Amino acid sequence: MATEKTMEPLWWGLFSAGGVVAAFLVPIHIILVGFAVPLGWTSDTGALYRIWWVKLYLFVLIVLPLYHWAHRFYFTLNDMGLKSISKLLAVLCYGGAIVGTFVTAWILLKI
Amino acid sequence: MSAVGPDPAKLYHRKTPATWWLTNRSYFLFMLRELSSVFIALFLVVYLCQLYQLSKAPDAYNAFTQKLNSPGWIFFHLVALLFALYHSFTWFQSSAVVLPLRIGERLISRPIVTALHVGAWAVVSVIVLILFLALKS
Repeated sequence: MATEKTMEPLWWGLFSAGGVVAAFLVPIHIILVGFAVPLGWTSDTGALYRIWWVKLYLFVLIVLPLYHWAHRFYFTLNDMGLKSISKLLAVLCYGGAIVGTFVTAWILLKI
Repeated sequence: MSAVGPDPAKLYHRKTPATWWLTNRSYFLFMLRELSSVFIALFLVVYLCQLYQLSKAPDAYNAFTQKLNSPGWIFFHLVALLFALYHSFTWFQSSAVVLPLRIGERLISRPIVTALHVGAWAVVSVIVLILFLALKS
């Protein structure tokens, strides 16, 4: 019996890795970026974002949860009755995450 | 091997209304969990826009962080934080199911495995906080 090869394990792997990164790291970053700095609890000149390993960390922090979003949102939209355009949704969701990967790398390299 | 069975086009499909997830509390919580990924992604895109300002000029970066002080942005970050925390908790709960923990022969109960994840999350968060404070200037 021929087994059909699909991209599913790759997307699922990225979804899973993104889920772990989002679960452990995103809340503290929302507190820092969304509350601590704007409300003046602490200051931030952005100097730390020029450190190379901080950039590498940010790449992982930003990119992996984008794939997590792509996988979850694709299936959510299908479940909400958009199965008829599921090919288009796949391109928009996974394509969005791929574009996001390049944009993130470009911005981090520019800093 | 070709599929053997009835023609899929002739099968009966019950039509599911698009609002099926509003009919039951667990369906609704499931949908909230799925939607958490949208708010996490939105937060990360805003964060990316903030980092992009750094590549322009330090003034642009400061102006952006000042703008996040408005009630609208604070509200957005509050909603994003609640969704992110919901994602964390549900993720740790499902991790306890997917990755059961054993000590010798004994299987550790799921609530304890979830609690261990929450503990690890707290430690990681404190480490990120300390590194941020140490490196920011």
